[in-house]
Amino acid sequence: MPAPATPDAPGPASTGPAYLDHAATTPMVPEAIEAMARQLVVAGNPSSLHAAGRAARRVVEESREAVAQALGARPSEVVFTSGGTEADNLAIKGVFWSRRAADPRRTRILVSAVEHHAVFDCVEWLAAHDGATPVWLDVDEVGRVRPDTVRAAIEADPASVALVSVMWANNEVGTVQPVAEIAKIAHEYGIPVHSDAVQAIGQLPVDFAASGLDALSLTGHKFGGPIGVGALLVTRDLAVTPVLHGGGQEREIRSGTLATPAIAGFAAALRLAVDRQPVLADQLSELRDELIARVRAAVPDAVLNGDPATALDARLPGNAHFSFPGCEGDALLMLLDARGVECSTGSACTAGVARPSHVVLAMGADDDLARATLRFSLGHTSSEADVDALLAVLPGAVERARKAGLVSASSKK
Amino acid sequence: MKVLAAMSGGVDSAVAAARAVEAGHDVTGVHLALSKSPQSHRSGARGCCTVEDARDARRAADVLAIPFYVWDLAERFDEDVIDDFVAEYAAGRTPNPCLRCNERIKFAAVLDKALALGFDAVCTGHYARLVNGPHGRELHRAVDPEKDQSYVLGVLTVEQLAHAMFPLGDTTKAQVRVEAATRGLQVADKPDSHDICFIADGDTAGFLRQRLDPDGDAHGDIVDVEGNRVGEHDGVFGFTVGQRKGLKIGTPAPDGRPRYVLDVSPVSRTVTVGSAADLDVRALTGLRPRWCAEPPVGRVECLVQLRAHGAPLPAVVRLLDDDTLDVELLSAARGVAPGQAVVVYDGTRVVGSATIDGTRR
Repeated sequence: MPAPATPDAPGPASTGPAYLDHAATTPMVPEAIEAMARQLVVAGNPSSLHAAGRAARRVVEESREAVAQALGARPSEVVFTSGGTEADNLAIKGVFWSRRAADPRRTRILVSAVEHHAVFDCVEWLAAHDGATPVWLDVDEVGRVRPDTVRAAIEADPASVALVSVMWANNEVGTVQPVAEIAKIAHEYGIPVHSDAVQAIGQLPVDFAASGLDALSLTGHKFGGPIGVGALLVTRDLAVTPVLHGGGQEREIRSGTLATPAIAGFAAALRLAVDRQPVLADQLSELRDELIARVRAAVPDAVLNGDPATALDARLPGNAHFSFPGCEGDALLMLLDARGVECSTGSACTAGVARPSHVVLAMGADDDLARATLRFSLGHTSSEADVDALLAVLPGAVERARKAGLVSASSKK
Repeated sequence: MKVLAAMSGGVDSAVAAARAVEAGHDVTGVHLALSKSPQSHRSGARGCCTVEDARDARRAADVLAIPFYVWDLAERFDEDVIDDFVAEYAAGRTPNPCLRCNERIKFAAVLDKALALGFDAVCTGHYARLVNGPHGRELHRAVDPEKDQSYVLGVLTVEQLAHAMFPLGDTTKAQVRVEAATRGLQVADKPDSHDICFIADGDTAGFLRQRLDPDGDAHGDIVDVEGNRVGEHDGVFGFTVGQRKGLKIGTPAPDGRPRYVLDVSPVSRTVTVGSAADLDVRALTGLRPRWCAEPPVGRVECLVQLRAHGAPLPAVVRLLDDDTLDVELLSAARGVAPGQAVVVYDGTRVVGSATIDGTRR
């Protein structure tokens, strides 16, 4: 039986469960905890005009500069948010509204079929309530949007496209998208492009200016920063209609008192994550390749989802995503959890209810394979011991889950 | 033992799980998601399939420090319980969906999956007692007669009961609430769920009309026992044998007494009404019997219960063949609805059950 939650400070865990769910959230790095803690003991609203306010504002602006520098952006392009979901909402809704206000013909939103729900559901909401026409861009069998697909979708009626949004790297299967190429195509028609880069930061090299993107979402807790803070990078010439109204703290497109401690922790973590990215990517790639090889050896019929090519322009270095035929992903997850291995089915939950992964379905898998998924994701605290712990229990869990899967399948008849 | 505790989000299943933990079992909590489109919040006290209920179950599991998962059984529930419910009404019978859910979901789909995953038992908050007695593993009525749920468990077989655990059978509901509060379970004061969990607003007739008569053309005649037309109805599925309210008959009965539904015939779309005395049933036939103890051999005196919360009635039962149970009631029962279960008891011990088919006066 697992111990009840304890409020211990996070950090590299030398004991306890094997944590293979870094794509969900990864432990904070000590430097970010320190940067955050320093600000937690100081009062001051960055919008206040007195000394305390100025001190807080200075921390925020230094953080903004650090973020900009780390990601190849200008400080004025950094809009702090409460996280990735808010950044995605601001990008999709804010750009859709401003582009349509400028030209009412612009109602189409071109978006990949494998987006995270933070993008996916924004588009669906705009379609249901605000006259948007979603165009779901097909992906190939590894989950990648082909640039030709984007071009064809635009050329169907270029004047009607409000924006294009394609994630930098997929959160479930780890497939890296050709976002720079897509941005180039869209720009031929003067169409702005957004990318949800939440999974990419710290694992892949990300340069906002070089990518040619007009907007990019990121969140702190995926690279060693705190939960509850993120940013939208957005070029100065892209108009964004606010989603949150109020004091207009962030370029009049995002309101809310700036969270100085969280922003300080976010910037400290980001700086380190970007510095360490090349080394970490190498380490994770190696560990991940070993994990994949050992899972395949232990469970020969396991299907690796996503791109079999494991270069950094193909797949996130920390991602391994499998379907285990005949198993239900949630049964496997439970069995592994009971044996101290923490991972994810990879797909989104509604009230904790596992649904077949829309990503794996979009890649052409059937419903059963899309329910049979497990995602193992590695991060900065991962080690070979985690892989050993997984492999020690995975074959037994798969065998058991398969039996349970047979029972479910036969009693359905 | 490794125990899977089914946790609805209500107080009973939370305390049942707590008792299993306290008994030293290795307990894992599971909330069964049974609704395809769960509502975020309860409307009134009904239902057990909302997001709020899942949250309540999760919080109870937190307090007990046990792992917790949600299992999605919405599809199975749709096929095995809701479709069956609708089909039974369409055929003029009155089903008990809780019974069907126990038979096909909780102690079939869930139990089978649990056993395959390495669990030894499924624990629920049902009020019934499992006792090791002279007849083996015996299912008995709960000590709280108000809450006794042995009737809806009467469909379970020996094999199903072998892996069932009902920790609340020796406790009253009031005691369970006190215990929940003592244990720090937030659901201690949560209202009882009742009625049918998948009909959130409690409007069974409206639910059935939507499923069976979307075009609103299922109307037919209400006739008396002589066959005289005494009124009209807009669909037989709204009626249950023994029902008195909602008949909307304009002409009063010759004797001025209230009239009750005696029979529902979907094919002719006829609802037959008559006096209370006409409702008396002295014998009935049960189909598809299921036994959790030795089946009766020859004519056996026993007690039978003919609906949830019904009184136990003295009867003589006899198996006509493997699939047919004949039940003679020693005194007349009123308002026996085909589709309900006849559960056979030896004192407080459940022997088995069958689905009521025909009744005889």
